[in-house]
Amino acid sequence: MARALAPGGRTGRAASARVPRGSRTGARWTSAAVYVALAAGGVAVVFPFAWMLATALKTPQQIFELTFWPSAPTLDNIRQVVLATQFPRWFANSLGVAAATTASVAFFDSLVGYTLAKLRFPGRDLIFIVILSTLMIPTEMLVIPWYIMSARLGWIDTYWGILFPGIMSAFGVFLMRQFMAGVPDELLEAARIDGLSEFGLFTRVALPLVRPALAALCIFTFLGNWNAFLWPLIVIQTAGMRTLPVGIALFSGEAGSSWHLIMAASTLAVLPVLAVFALLQRQIIEGVVLTGLRS
Amino acid sequence: MSGPAGRARRGLSLRARRTLSAYTFLAVPLVFFLAIRIAPAAGAMVISLHRWNIVGTDQPWVGLANFREVLSDRQFWQAATNTLRYAAAGIPAQLVLGFAVALLLRRAARFRGLFRTVYFVPFVTPVVAAAWVWQWMYSPNFGPLAMLAGRLGLPAPALLRTPVLALYAITALVVWEYLGFQVVIFLAGLEAIPRVYYEAAAVDGARGWDLFRHITVPLLNATLVFSVVYATIVYLQLFTQVLNMTFGDPGGPLGSTATVVLYVYTLGFQRFHMGQAAAATVVLFAALLGVALLQLTVLTRRVEY
Repeated sequence: MARALAPGGRTGRAASARVPRGSRTGARWTSAAVYVALAAGGVAVVFPFAWMLATALKTPQQIFELTFWPSAPTLDNIRQVVLATQFPRWFANSLGVAAATTASVAFFDSLVGYTLAKLRFPGRDLIFIVILSTLMIPTEMLVIPWYIMSARLGWIDTYWGILFPGIMSAFGVFLMRQFMAGVPDELLEAARIDGLSEFGLFTRVALPLVRPALAALCIFTFLGNWNAFLWPLIVIQTAGMRTLPVGIALFSGEAGSSWHLIMAASTLAVLPVLAVFALLQRQIIEGVVLTGLRS
Repeated sequence: MSGPAGRARRGLSLRARRTLSAYTFLAVPLVFFLAIRIAPAAGAMVISLHRWNIVGTDQPWVGLANFREVLSDRQFWQAATNTLRYAAAGIPAQLVLGFAVALLLRRAARFRGLFRTVYFVPFVTPVVAAAWVWQWMYSPNFGPLAMLAGRLGLPAPALLRTPVLALYAITALVVWEYLGFQVVIFLAGLEAIPRVYYEAAAVDGARGWDLFRHITVPLLNATLVFSVVYATIVYLQLFTQVLNMTFGDPGGPLGSTATVVLYVYTLGFQRFHMGQAAAATVVLFAALLGVALLQLTVLTRRVEY
């Protein structure tokens, strides 16, 4: 569907149609067809980004000219979004909320995972089942009670109100418990004899050994909170408290047909994420496999 | 928050000290999961049995009236049908395209990492921004589709304003977002299949299509089940893309793009019928629970196989 709708998809289909002939003439044709198909699909996937950037660099007049790339690219739109809206504030809000949530999830989920995997105590299995069962509850079911609760406790339109639902995640507990189970008991026992406290065993022995899983959990928690939309949209009331997704949505909604500004705002939201992705792409993609297959 | 099991406490047995540390570590998380997950879930069910308007102060018990109202609301059924339509269109598209790209990547000796990264980019792109970019791409006056149609002398389609098409136009965005994720999952699944199976079958004279049908597909079963379940959960909870793609007219032309979650949002937070909205979320919860149980059955059957 995505391919059929975006330009470049046509080349993709033409290329796959060529595959049978390729296998007749030889492996080289097949392999060429593979690359052509992959490249065509890749162009289709990347096209929306190019379209976003092209529009963000156009003056309103240039949008009517119906050319793909602006004849005279301008940074005016970007400047206008940064200066005339609270965009920098929204960015900082998102960064703060996502960072605080990620730190909290990393700490608590690995601590709980460690406790459930490595300490023996009455009630352990019951606690694990209770936490795991919360995975079944969809966020949509919780937002109404959260809202009523936040209204009573004065949490509406506060940072705590935005982030409290995400400070721990049952999925993270599950993931960390799986990985903590792989920490050798002998190692913990030896450290215990050396006089390390139970908490020290967790921070100094167990935690360093599950670093890849912890990194994956952090990346996904950060991404998830950076993108969170439904609850922030409900709990945020004033423009200054908006996170980036809520800010972009409401700004774009108010901007009407000023697409040059909407695309400039989108560009500003997308570029930092792409930069981080470029740096961490290996860890992110491997993290998907790590977490995806464990669940 | 340091461990209480200090050396000084010689009075306690080792067992008791361990139990004490365990519960110290678990205290805050237990409060969280009970107060922020389990109690609100129960709360949603309680609210669904009351007439609960945020403006009024009294919330009378109404029994199952909210459920009756929701289940007899044409808009709810339209949203539910739409949600299933998104899933029915998006999940197969995502799986087939994802599988195709994964197979192509397996045959590409060079640039595999680069292509994988390119296909994955939409998955990490902020959803709200992506939705607005796609809305602009679909612009019937100035979008690239409009330009293309103009060059070919065809009328430009107003995809998001046409009831029959708008839902599929949004589905395309969702497929675009999740394609790379699907590719990565399939690649991992394909790599987990031991090469010796193919070699052994090749010795027995099996060729391309046979290998694919009798080794690749059956051994990819777990990956497929995971993908379908994951995608189903994503599609049943579709909201952000839908709201942002049809922002000025939430739910699209004639409600043709509204989803269950959008219905809940509109009912609960724009019309403030919290009781009815809660009832709708309980129905959604039941549906998701059904998917999970189905998954359990399918997975158990696979073990027997």
